[in-house]
Amino acid sequence: MSQEVQATAASTRPRRAKGEVQVWLTAVGLSTGLIMIIGLLGLILWNGITVFWPKPVVEFALREADGKTTAVAGEVVKTRLRPADDGSAGKEEIQIFTGNKDAYGLAFRFIDGEAVTGRTEPRDLILAERMEYGDSLFYPIGLDLADGSRVEVADEKFDETFSQLVREAGERRREILHIEKKQIGRLNERIRSEEMAIRRLERSGGGDPAPHQAAIEAAQKEYEALAAEARRLRAEQESNILRYRLASGEERTQKLGDFVHYYRPNDLSWFGRLGVFSYHFFEFITGEPREANTEGGIFPAIFGTFVMTILMAVMVSPLGVIAAIYLREYAAQGLMVRIVRICVNNLAGVPSIVFGVFGLGFFVYGVGSFIDGGTKTPMPAVAWWLSGLAFIVNAVAAIVLAMNYGGSNPNLPKPNAVIRFLKPFTAVCAVLFGIATLVFNPYFDGFYSESLPTPTFGTGGILWASLTLALMTLPVVIVATEEALAAVPRGVREAALACGASKWQMIQRVVLPSALPGVMTGVILAMARGAGEVAPLMITGVVKLAPSLPIDLSAPFIHAERKFMHLGFHIYDLGFQSPDSEGAKPMVFATTLFLILLVVVMNLTAIRIRTQLKKKYQASAF
Amino acid sequence: MTPASPAADELNPAFIEVEHFSFWYGEKQVLFDIDMDIPEREISAFIGPSGCGKTTLLRNLNRMNDLVDGIRHEGDILIDSQSLYDRRVEVISLRKRVGMVFQKYNPFPKSIYENVAFSLRVAGRNKKSELDEVVERGLRGAALWDEVKDKLHESAYGLSGGQQQRLCIARAIANRPQILLMDEPCAALDPVATLKIEDLMLELKKEFTIVIVTHNLQQATRVADRTAFFYLGKLIEYDFSTKLFSNPSKRETEDYISGKFG
Repeated sequence: MSQEVQATAASTRPRRAKGEVQVWLTAVGLSTGLIMIIGLLGLILWNGITVFWPKPVVEFALREADGKTTAVAGEVVKTRLRPADDGSAGKEEIQIFTGNKDAYGLAFRFIDGEAVTGRTEPRDLILAERMEYGDSLFYPIGLDLADGSRVEVADEKFDETFSQLVREAGERRREILHIEKKQIGRLNERIRSEEMAIRRLERSGGGDPAPHQAAIEAAQKEYEALAAEARRLRAEQESNILRYRLASGEERTQKLGDFVHYYRPNDLSWFGRLGVFSYHFFEFITGEPREANTEGGIFPAIFGTFVMTILMAVMVSPLGVIAAIYLREYAAQGLMVRIVRICVNNLAGVPSIVFGVFGLGFFVYGVGSFIDGGTKTPMPAVAWWLSGLAFIVNAVAAIVLAMNYGGSNPNLPKPNAVIRFLKPFTAVCAVLFGIATLVFNPYFDGFYSESLPTPTFGTGGILWASLTLALMTLPVVIVATEEALAAVPRGVREAALACGASKWQMIQRVVLPSALPGVMTGVILAMARGAGEVAPLMITGVVKLAPSLPIDLSAPFIHAERKFMHLGFHIYDLGFQSPDSEGAKPMVFATTLFLILLVVVMNLTAIRIRTQLKKKYQASAF
Repeated sequence: MTPASPAADELNPAFIEVEHFSFWYGEKQVLFDIDMDIPEREISAFIGPSGCGKTTLLRNLNRMNDLVDGIRHEGDILIDSQSLYDRRVEVISLRKRVGMVFQKYNPFPKSIYENVAFSLRVAGRNKKSELDEVVERGLRGAALWDEVKDKLHESAYGLSGGQQQRLCIARAIANRPQILLMDEPCAALDPVATLKIEDLMLELKKEFTIVIVTHNLQQATRVADRTAFFYLGKLIEYDFSTKLFSNPSKRETEDYISGKFG
């Protein structure tokens, strides 16, 4: 066989199967993204969950420079090599969580790895959560009870008595909270509203304030009684005392009312650990924050985020859908609509802080203070009446023109040039005069003028924050809805018209149901974006610590003007504003985990609704 | 299946009168001076090559073309001696008198029941007993009742293609129109489903005046009493189907039905 023949055979048969490099390249893109997302979520999940898991506490025996031996106990946080000054690897050092901030000044410390002469995990060591100064690690010595008797740790009654007293202290604490927050809060509300009534009477110049004053006095009497009860309970909180010894040997005492919860971290079975884990977990999601948010739970933040996101979705959906219907179904598709569409799309790219500033200026200072105290620049009465008249005339003219010329009904006569001009002109005039009549009304003094200068709506609140976010996410909903509307097949539209439906009936009964899953997609995206947003909220109503929830059991139940807490802001506050950043780190991870969980849960719910809608309204394949 | 063969002297009075009707999409004229009388309670088939204007004419009979921008017409169309373009005629009430079935079956994203009840619902008639009656009558009229009576409240998309098209017919006839327009109703269906629809049409013509656009010449011979042949926007010939297919009077018709072009 000659070489030539061989060469021909080789050229007709490819040496190996050829793949396309691009496939590999695109796969790399996807996997990089996936790895980063999984890595991020995994990190947050692991660090967020392990916060609640009880870790063993180690007691270290340390040899000091002068030859003495001291002891320190704590949870090992991490071990690292401290680089020495000359750049060599340096010495090992161990970071431990010692707790007892009141005794040591700091809750964390580094110990020199070389100085450690012994490690033990003593079973009788107690880790106690306290109302102040964080956790404490100690060996109990004995209890000094209110009746003067003493229970030492060697006594077999000790454990029982201690746990019962801590439980009783917890119950009393809840009782105090109930009295001070709920009952006294309600009284304050009553006194305030009576005071407002007196102020209103003073302002209007007539009426007898005596019954109101009597009501205030009665309320104050009730207040005295409640306050006395609270004082009594507080005194009881301080009556029992625990004596304990720190690992360093120092002996201290503490009132039992300070203890929230305790356990022996080195004396737990696996199920015991699970119990402590679920206690921590439950306390975290249902509890209120303590000690500048670094301890306790995050329930107000979870609730605030949830309420704000729902409010936002409720406001953005109808607005976005209506706008998209007009843009896609009614507006004549021309240059103007194209410009509007481009503007809407660009709105989605505006930084969120800009929306925040707008929300502060427009909603809080503009609309809010208008609701509170009416306008600052009222029109002269004559001008106001004229403006109102102009509004009515223009509105009537706009409606009459719209109903008699052109538009979607082909039977109407085609408008001539004058009417083509008058139609939008009267509509715009009606809107302008309407706004002017509303905003410069000299007869309107606001709904909360009696409590001024304390603002009610004229300051940040959950309503304004939700509205700001609704504005921010509006483009997302509009774009998604428009696409969903455009995807409704022409055949179905024509069939509806052929059945004698008007255009609005067609949109309402056939087009919108078909487009609903697409609308839901938009709302899901909007919620995902809105729930995690922090910057605009910081200036429109989020606070570090809100005294009460935006929805509660006191009338009118939904308090749209209240400030609220938000998980995203909570993360920022814990991680970057807290005095003890090392101590706040686990809380940051746990809070992040719950923010992500909340967004995921809300999105899954929305996706579930969308799936059901799709099943119900799925457009036919053909 | 018996071919429709009315006797030549048995002329029904004209129900739809198309009078010198011309039609433009923008600058493009698509119908040229169409003049034809379509009699009551018969099936008239429009045939012709694609783009000959037959669908345009059909869609003018219920003013479906109003949806398109830049249309213009000359001449007139009268239904029951009343002009479609009369100012006093509301398009919506016209469409209640003229039902339409489309080439692609297009049930609404609703239950079978709501699909058929749709034309009553949009007319503001929501009485349960009336709707029940109309839905049953419509579905029986479309020979679908026995197949769907146990799942009236299930989604219409669960039906087969042929059933969906019959559902669309039921929807179109539910509100008792006088005229039923069918735009290639069997184009998306298999032969068995097509046969069912054709049987149905022969049944429906006892009550309705039916105008059908079809590309299927055999279908025209099978169901249509009369057939109109359109070519390049002009009406070439309109006659009894038996005559048009066996003995056409125009060259173009003969060329088309014998398959020389088309």
